[in-house]
Amino acid sequence: MAPPVTRLVGEKLTLDRGGRRVLSDLSFAAQSGVALVVTGANGAGKSTLLRLIAGLLRPVSGRLALEGGDAELSIAQHCHYFGHQDALKNQLSVGENLAFWRDFFGLADAEVFAALDRVGLARLIDLPAAYLSAGQRRRLAFARLLVTRRPIWLLDEPTSALDAASEARLLEIVGEHLDAGGLVVAATHLALPFPRMDALRLGPATIGAAA
Amino acid sequence: MRLIDYANPTRFLGLVAKVLPWLGAVTAATFAVGLWLVFFRAPADYQQGETVKIMYIHVPFAWLSMFCYMTMAGSALGTLVWRHPLADVSAKCAAPIGAAFTFLALATGSLWGKPMWGTWWVWDARLTSVLVLFIMYLGLIALQETIEDPARAAKASAVLTLVGAINIPIIKFSVDWWNTLHQPSSVFRMGGSTIDASMLIPLLIMAVAFSLLFVVVHLMAMRNEILRRRIRTMRMIEAAGAE
Amino acid sequence: MTALLALFLREWRLAVRVGGGALMGALFFLIVVTVVPFGVGPDLNLLSRIGPAILWIGALLATLLSLDRLFQVDRDDGGLDLILMGESPLELVVLVKCLAHWAATGLPLVVASPLLAIFMNMEPIAIGATTLTLLVGTPALTFTGAIGAALTVTLKRGGLLLAILVLPLTVPVMIFGVSSATAVLYGNMPFATPFAILAALGLFAMVLGPLAAAAALRHAGE
Repeated sequence: MAPPVTRLVGEKLTLDRGGRRVLSDLSFAAQSGVALVVTGANGAGKSTLLRLIAGLLRPVSGRLALEGGDAELSIAQHCHYFGHQDALKNQLSVGENLAFWRDFFGLADAEVFAALDRVGLARLIDLPAAYLSAGQRRRLAFARLLVTRRPIWLLDEPTSALDAASEARLLEIVGEHLDAGGLVVAATHLALPFPRMDALRLGPATIGAAA
Repeated sequence: MRLIDYANPTRFLGLVAKVLPWLGAVTAATFAVGLWLVFFRAPADYQQGETVKIMYIHVPFAWLSMFCYMTMAGSALGTLVWRHPLADVSAKCAAPIGAAFTFLALATGSLWGKPMWGTWWVWDARLTSVLVLFIMYLGLIALQETIEDPARAAKASAVLTLVGAINIPIIKFSVDWWNTLHQPSSVFRMGGSTIDASMLIPLLIMAVAFSLLFVVVHLMAMRNEILRRRIRTMRMIEAAGAE
Repeated sequence: MTALLALFLREWRLAVRVGGGALMGALFFLIVVTVVPFGVGPDLNLLSRIGPAILWIGALLATLLSLDRLFQVDRDDGGLDLILMGESPLELVVLVKCLAHWAATGLPLVVASPLLAIFMNMEPIAIGATTLTLLVGTPALTFTGAIGAALTVTLKRGGLLLAILVLPLTVPVMIFGVSSATAVLYGNMPFATPFAILAALGLFAMVLGPLAAAAALRHAGE
């Protein structure tokens, strides 16, 4: 059994996208049990930072380090990424969509039905995903984080397209994850009431540091 | 009662439930008579022997392959011009049946041709035209299956059906031209204008029987399609209700 | 293993369900083969001679045209990001996606080819040989095509470009596929020689295709 993940540290991360310097010399530390809330204007690099941690982008310089966790796995393999896109297939049923991601990520942690129940979609388990509304799709995508246990949750505007009730339910689930010693990095422009949180503000200041 | 009264799908379903058993019985009876005539009354051809009996199913199949397309073209007009709510159900349901009849026309033509030509297939003008028709059916089915929303699928396939209907005579003419260009004398003519009454009557009865079969199957398919769409709507309502 | 099996089943389901387009390839194949006699004429002797080549060209085009969405759908809905974060190596993911695609799209072409061979007036032995070469050769086309699909994954209309990129790479498969089929017809060389090379090309493509496609996909994510 791998030791629990305690800290995720970024040191002097610099990243270019499309010839533009998006992050420069960015350092941060995310603690387990505390949500790291990344804020900043549009284009400040919030999503870029999350994609960087998820291993989808490579920094020009700097490094990411994980304290604790399974040494056999990369940092990305410790992460769940919940971005703008829902990765759902319209032709598959709600249950099939979720079951695929559970099986694909291996080590099933929960039943599909239980996870759907958690996000309030259990009744729709046999319905094709095509029939879901935007908010329901978002919740189904979020249920993916519940079927396989990964310690780091990367949430990109997690509450967009959700109504108040669903938002509360999502925050409750995130809170439970934090209580269990999970790590959360959330990019948002809203003041989301996480139980414990650190702030990381990206903005012209970080960009200016490149000069 | 006018046709428009059956635009209401519920009323249409009621009518289908009433008519279908009778129609099924009439179809079965016509087939019984037709097959009896074909096997026990109709003479064998002096050249082709018993093989000629394939004609009694091949010709009805070929006729229905065209008839189905005309049904679809009529339904397409119904969809585009009169916006009749059942027209696109009719068009959608006729396509697979038409494709099946066309395939059977090709298959029986091929089986019939084997002893005549010594090969399963020749690029005879008629067979080739039917093959092109078959491909058009498959294309229409593919279009209907690809577009998820029934209303949009109906409009798109109605346009394609009508374009196809206009093109069929041109295709037929071109294929004939192409064929005579390459093969001055056709190898084998099917049917022919002179046909004895002893063969013509069983053939006509078989054609009527298969046409009735088409109507029965088409009505059943339309019923299923209406029910399928209702299920789709109910599921969408269910999804919306679970918010 | 569970992950890859789950992926195979999902890809298969997506391909064969309504709108998946699994049979569209076979339909396209039918049309290509049907159109040829309109060009060259209905001479049965000629058609039986060029039959194996026509079937191969039809299968090649049908395979390539069906490949352009292989990775694009996953990229468009964000699934590719998640796949990259999974524990399965991307090379194996590509391999499995190709196998599922072949099972849903390539196999119907192989199954349809004896029927289409009848239109080409081919002899039973030639039909058997062509079907066998297609069975061995179409996976190679899929694996090679996957490279093009991965390279064009970010493009809105990559379909034509994919064909342009991949067609030259498929020349060897085409040559040895058709020559094994015609070797049976003419007996000018043993069937086994070109057929063994065809099988070797298939195995080679099975390694190279996933490796190259995975490399291209990793870069597409950035």
